[in-house]
Amino acid sequence: MSTPQGLNVREQPAVAATGSSRDAILSTNGLTKKFGGLTAVDSVDFTVDEGEIRCLIGPNGAGKSTLLELITGQLTPTDGDIYFDGNELTDMEPHRRMDAGISIKFQSPHIYESLSVEQNLRVPLQRTDRDIEAVLARTLDRIALAEKADEPASDLSHGEKQRLEIGMAVTLDPALMLLDEPVAGMSVDETADIAELIRSLHDDGMTFLVVEHDMEFVRKISEQVTVLNQGSVLTQGPIEAIENDEEVRRIYLGENA
Amino acid sequence: MTDGRLPSRLDGIARKLNGPNTLGNSKAFWLAFAVGMVGMIAYPLVRGSYAAGQTSLFLVYGLLALSLSLIWGYTGILSFGQVAFFGIAGYTYAIVSLNLGGAFGQTVALPVAVGVATLAAFVLGYFMFYGGVKNVYVAILTLVVTLVLETFMAQTAGSEWAIGSVQLGGFNGIPGIRNFALGVEGASFSLSGSGFYWFVLTLLLVAYLGSRILVNSRFGYTLVAIREDAERTTMLGYNVKRVKLAVFTLSGALAGLSGVLYATWGNYMDPSVFTIVFATIPIVWVTLGGRESLLGGIVGTIIIERLRLWFSVNASEFAIVFVGVILMTTVLLVPRGILPGIRDGYVFFSEHGIRKGIERGRGTIQTRIQARLESVGVGGSETETPPSSEAVRE
Repeated sequence: MSTPQGLNVREQPAVAATGSSRDAILSTNGLTKKFGGLTAVDSVDFTVDEGEIRCLIGPNGAGKSTLLELITGQLTPTDGDIYFDGNELTDMEPHRRMDAGISIKFQSPHIYESLSVEQNLRVPLQRTDRDIEAVLARTLDRIALAEKADEPASDLSHGEKQRLEIGMAVTLDPALMLLDEPVAGMSVDETADIAELIRSLHDDGMTFLVVEHDMEFVRKISEQVTVLNQGSVLTQGPIEAIENDEEVRRIYLGENA
Repeated sequence: MTDGRLPSRLDGIARKLNGPNTLGNSKAFWLAFAVGMVGMIAYPLVRGSYAAGQTSLFLVYGLLALSLSLIWGYTGILSFGQVAFFGIAGYTYAIVSLNLGGAFGQTVALPVAVGVATLAAFVLGYFMFYGGVKNVYVAILTLVVTLVLETFMAQTAGSEWAIGSVQLGGFNGIPGIRNFALGVEGASFSLSGSGFYWFVLTLLLVAYLGSRILVNSRFGYTLVAIREDAERTTMLGYNVKRVKLAVFTLSGALAGLSGVLYATWGNYMDPSVFTIVFATIPIVWVTLGGRESLLGGIVGTIIIERLRLWFSVNASEFAIVFVGVILMTTVLLVPRGILPGIRDGYVFFSEHGIRKGIERGRGTIQTRIQARLESVGVGGSETETPPSSEAVRE
């Protein structure tokens, strides 16, 4: 098993992220994905800066999840390139991208149901040369599941499963964390917990790219919002500007309001 | 988890053998295991060499079951291909040992045959896993490969189908494989009856304990993680394809070893090992015994094969039907298999006490049977679902 280089990659930029100069950690160049006749992602040029929490919004079918899957390598692009931390990702195998410092929490909870909470966290940790017990204790504490460490993951509530999966992804200490609708189907309290968790990880220097529908949640965590529509970037900017944008209101926010 | 009374070296070994990925880790389990092993070792002394020779076939099959437990029970890849590697190794062993002749030939043929089976598993696994074949398609593909081998080997009756001095023999297969022997000419020993039994028992024990260490290691965690959610495991940085290929190759090697022993046990090799019946039987063994348990597959094998032997003596062609009935009954009562069932029962009774446990257990079994019967539309349902059935009648 190779040691994830992501760990080393991550240690240095954590300092830089707190400074004022921000570099792009992720950028796409003319990224396109076609499924037969359907163009799900249409020559997207998109960047995520180091140390930010970027939200990606847009109506259903806008290509948000497809974009995430192109970044993780679950899908290969029809055209265009992806760069992460100065390296080209486009032809890299998915597991190598994780080694390079990307992590993802899927939309529906993907956890190991028959294993205990602690074992779930050990699976990603056993590959690393980090101090497993220390990271384990800290992560359990952080996702507020320390008391349920020995329970089978299948017994957890939906919100707890979501937190556990974030915890699994976070143990690898990724430079870029992708979250696909992290608060879908959650109560108000659970949503607040997740927002708190994301902010605290962000304070430690983690960069986030979050796909989300819940605008209130977006407002809580985000600085910058990108709006996708029909596979293309419609607009991007600070959340206030986005919420007041006529076109965004018409095609996206208007539908929900 | 360890009881602290063992000397440190033994303790280290015990820690490697035990873990959350195997069912039996308690002192009670190991005690029962030791008693069982003593019984197995003593068996030829009690029942004689002939009976031991017959029984050694079940142990040979036990290795095949173990290979399926690893790939299916632990990694979640249902393979009908274990018998293909079993058969490939058996044929290879026959061809190499008969061509070389003598004890030395047999000694050489063993690693060659296992090597060829391992290579076959590696090549098939490489194209499957790196070609993106997943889930049920692995089962289909491995079954097809097995059946193609049957068709191919069955048509090798002509004299042009010979490798060296050995005729492949079509349906009749290759006869005259000698009992297993180790060594070189003049300094060799041949294994049959009790000797062969103990030899196979030793191999099975080593393979079992080795597999326990494997599944309780980090690698074992990775296997279970892949079984539970392959996509999540990839996205935690694991090279899932490579791990699948590794375990598929390893289980192919185990199946190959089993096939070599089978060839020397029966002194012949024919295409019946590639038939759909034989391809399915290992799945029956492992399902019955419990696929999440390494020992389960072995126990299931011994039970089924013992019964099959008994039925085929007493009820000839209905043997396979009876096996089917036993399988269905077991799956109905203990869906996870016999050994996990015993473990669950043990935990259950130690929590609730015997008397209360029996009452509860009876209730559980009753509801389970009732649920199954209702799901196929037999009994009980009339009283409980009146609205829908009436609506249909109207």
